[in-house]
Amino acid sequence: MSMHTISVTINGTAHSAEIESRLLLVHFIREVVGLTGTHIGCDTTHCGACTVLLDGEPVKSCTVLAVQADGRQVTTVEGLEKDGKLDPIQEGFIQEHGLQCGFCTPGMMMTGYALLKRTKRPTEAEIRHAISGNLCRCTGYVNIVKAVQYAAAKQ
Amino acid sequence: MAPKTSAEIGGMGHSVKRKEDPRFVRGQGNYVDDIKLPGMLYLDIVRSPYAHAKITAIRTEAALKIPGVLAVITGDTLKQFNLHWMPTLMSDTQMVLPTDTVMYQAQEVAGVIATSRYAAADGVEAVEVDYDPLPVVVDPFKALEPGAPVLRTDKKDKKDNRIFHWEVGDRAATDRAFAEAEVKVLQDIYIPRIHVASIETCGCVADFDRVRGKLTVYMTTQAPHAIRTVLALVAGHVGLSEEKIRVVSPDIGGGFGGKVPVYPGYVIAIAASVVIGKPVKWIEDRMENLQADSFARDYHIRAELAAKKDGTMTAMRIKTVADHGYADAAANPSKFPAGLFSICTGSYGFKNAFAEVDGVYTNKPPGGIAYRCSFRVTEAAHTIERMADVLAQELKMDPAALRMKNFIPADQFPYHSALGWEYDSGNYAGALKKAMDIVGYDALRKEQAAKRAKGELMGIGISSFVEIVGAGPSKHFDILGIKMFDSAEIRVHPTGKATARFGTKSQGQGHETTYAQIVAEELGIPAAHVEVEEGDTDTAPYGLGTYASRSTPTAGAAGAMAARKIRDKAKKIAAHLLEVSEEDLEWEPGKFSVKGAPQKVKTIQEIAFAAYTNHPQGMEAGLEAVSYYDPPNLTFPFGSYICVVDIDRGTGEVKIRRFVAVDDCGNIINPMIVEGQIHGGLTMGMAPALLEEISYDENGNVQGGSFMDYLVPTAMETPKWETDKTTTPSPHHPLGAKGVGESATVGAPPAIANAVVDALAHLGVKHIDIPITPEKVWRILKEKGVAE
Repeated sequence: MSMHTISVTINGTAHSAEIESRLLLVHFIREVVGLTGTHIGCDTTHCGACTVLLDGEPVKSCTVLAVQADGRQVTTVEGLEKDGKLDPIQEGFIQEHGLQCGFCTPGMMMTGYALLKRTKRPTEAEIRHAISGNLCRCTGYVNIVKAVQYAAAKQ
Repeated sequence: MAPKTSAEIGGMGHSVKRKEDPRFVRGQGNYVDDIKLPGMLYLDIVRSPYAHAKITAIRTEAALKIPGVLAVITGDTLKQFNLHWMPTLMSDTQMVLPTDTVMYQAQEVAGVIATSRYAAADGVEAVEVDYDPLPVVVDPFKALEPGAPVLRTDKKDKKDNRIFHWEVGDRAATDRAFAEAEVKVLQDIYIPRIHVASIETCGCVADFDRVRGKLTVYMTTQAPHAIRTVLALVAGHVGLSEEKIRVVSPDIGGGFGGKVPVYPGYVIAIAASVVIGKPVKWIEDRMENLQADSFARDYHIRAELAAKKDGTMTAMRIKTVADHGYADAAANPSKFPAGLFSICTGSYGFKNAFAEVDGVYTNKPPGGIAYRCSFRVTEAAHTIERMADVLAQELKMDPAALRMKNFIPADQFPYHSALGWEYDSGNYAGALKKAMDIVGYDALRKEQAAKRAKGELMGIGISSFVEIVGAGPSKHFDILGIKMFDSAEIRVHPTGKATARFGTKSQGQGHETTYAQIVAEELGIPAAHVEVEEGDTDTAPYGLGTYASRSTPTAGAAGAMAARKIRDKAKKIAAHLLEVSEEDLEWEPGKFSVKGAPQKVKTIQEIAFAAYTNHPQGMEAGLEAVSYYDPPNLTFPFGSYICVVDIDRGTGEVKIRRFVAVDDCGNIINPMIVEGQIHGGLTMGMAPALLEEISYDENGNVQGGSFMDYLVPTAMETPKWETDKTTTPSPHHPLGAKGVGESATVGAPPAIANAVVDALAHLGVKHIDIPITPEKVWRILKEKGVAE
């Protein structure tokens, strides 16, 4: 197995490590760097629990190799809160009861956060389309949509 | 009903924001896979490609040469410790690892222990297993035929594939009612095999401390205390003793019934940790989760109704074949092999009913657990609610009118059903009336007629379900002999804050919030000041766990009872402090005052401080209580759902245009959480109605074993649910509450199926088995000559 030394900036902090070429980005984030807010819910890129931002774009980090993130910027759920203040998307999930078990929530919020970066006032249809690659088994999505709308109004 | 407490106290009826959320939105939850212990090893599992085969050889040499691979555990390894088989929760047996035969595709064959997740996966690839395929039994009806291969050859006296025969009701009286009936309808209904597919899969970290001889298992379990007892019973002979076992259920990423059983992976990880003396982590992947963990449903039902010409239902008769896979690994109370399927008479006043269920072995994964419902209640509700429509169609009656005619009247509760239940309270006509008003039922029927005239397909489906949740009472309900009570322990600290521990375990239900609200309701201590803990067997009181909507009916009730014991003691202390007799005191949330002298007050916080600093002579210090609550009856939540669908004649796609859900779960603790649970339950009800199924080909190959083709609903398919409520308190629950988390999963599938059949009824369609996929509908449209 070939080894590579990579440096990935996660939530503004550079993390360097020597890793196997096959190591998935999600395992780099969770197990090498130790940020466990990003979750794993499937192996086929369907559930979106592992969604992070790679140079600002949402990606499913179970389907990105860590070496592909070398030299790039990653944002995870742990990077949403700034100076002790929750991001509006985090507030929205609390205020609108957009989470229950919390397992899909980080990926769901990263997708919602990315949507609001490119579309300030998304319609309900746009929100539902944006999060359609993130599965939630608890909420039925109604309140997740409301949570994103809350964040849109607040930002 | 207006809340009794102020918003600051946040007792029942307040939509208190969840105490869980601040950690979850920051990514600071602590799920099993987040746990990392020093020196931790990883388990990965070799699985069978065959549904039924003899294992002739397992070669591990190549695997053991892979850097990082430390051991390969096989059935023979476990056999040395007599751990190669284990009991199921239904007192059947299932393999941990096989010594000679595999019984389903994806069955565990060997465990590879390695220093990393990746090395363990490499090891799995390198283990070579030789198989001799055996005849595969997939169809449960064929499994019952004479001459079918007997699957459980490990059971000495087993001569066929029947696991159990169970029946309930008066067969002779029911047969007589059918013989005399003016109208009879019969329908075969299949409720397919599905999987809960919680977004977090199952897993554990087993950590055996050789010096202390103590095993700690961090585990995705809905029932940590019961699991600890099972581990002590199963592994007692190798030295694991219950006081030396600690099961910790940390944050759980959804359970829905799938995290009740003990899976082989847990046992292999525990055995490996005990033998090696290091922590061992096992986390299954999604395909393992869907293909090998306990499934739900898989009921083949023949249902019959007898009625008068005016639509009065007179009798119900049901014969069911239940496919359990190769072991009965359901999680039912032990006296109920078909769970609470006998709620199948539903909301209607049947005088006669009879139901029988035969459990059958096949070459499929073991199971029969629930999918977000109380034991087999969804199967029952789907049957009666589909049959009500079949009867209405036969009689050319409106399905709402047929239901109204047959509902148990609101003044007849408590109601004794023909199959033996005492329904605690209900107002079924009230809920249906409300749903019809909200949806605008009469206008929809007119619209449907107009559309039909134009060739457009629109349907309206009703489901007026009743659930049975909250087991105990313990005189009827136990799991492996352990009575189904549940527990709470509340400690009020000197500064008036409280810690409350419960025998259940939240998996998203929000117990940290709602249980705190129960304490707030009873003691007036703000919910914000009540810390709720669950899931650690070293600290929480013993309980049977969270499933089958039992937390509020049992542990929630225990919380109220423990709080009332504390209030009784607080009253004595208040009387002492105010120098009056107890009879002179009045309680309002948070304080006792003297009758007629309302300025003479002691708050619960002042009383708590006195309990440790100035308690009456002769009274023990402290302010705490424990309650083990054994409910006198189950609770019977109910509701009426109305679904409106439009069908695309080109694609067969069913589009849910509207879905109105009126639920009644008695008194509500947190309206926000209840509504959220109903949204989620409706979505998990739509899933099997339209999308989800795990099936098998004739060789026992699983279809639907990954998220590629096991279609969990996304935000695109899920409609905007419309919810409302009626409130009929439970007369026996201390808070008047009932369970709610699963109502919608139970009630939604027949509403959707009825709507689709209603849209096609004028074409002669009487029934469609779920999941009602576009392909199924399109084939019907094609056959009827209306496909575009």
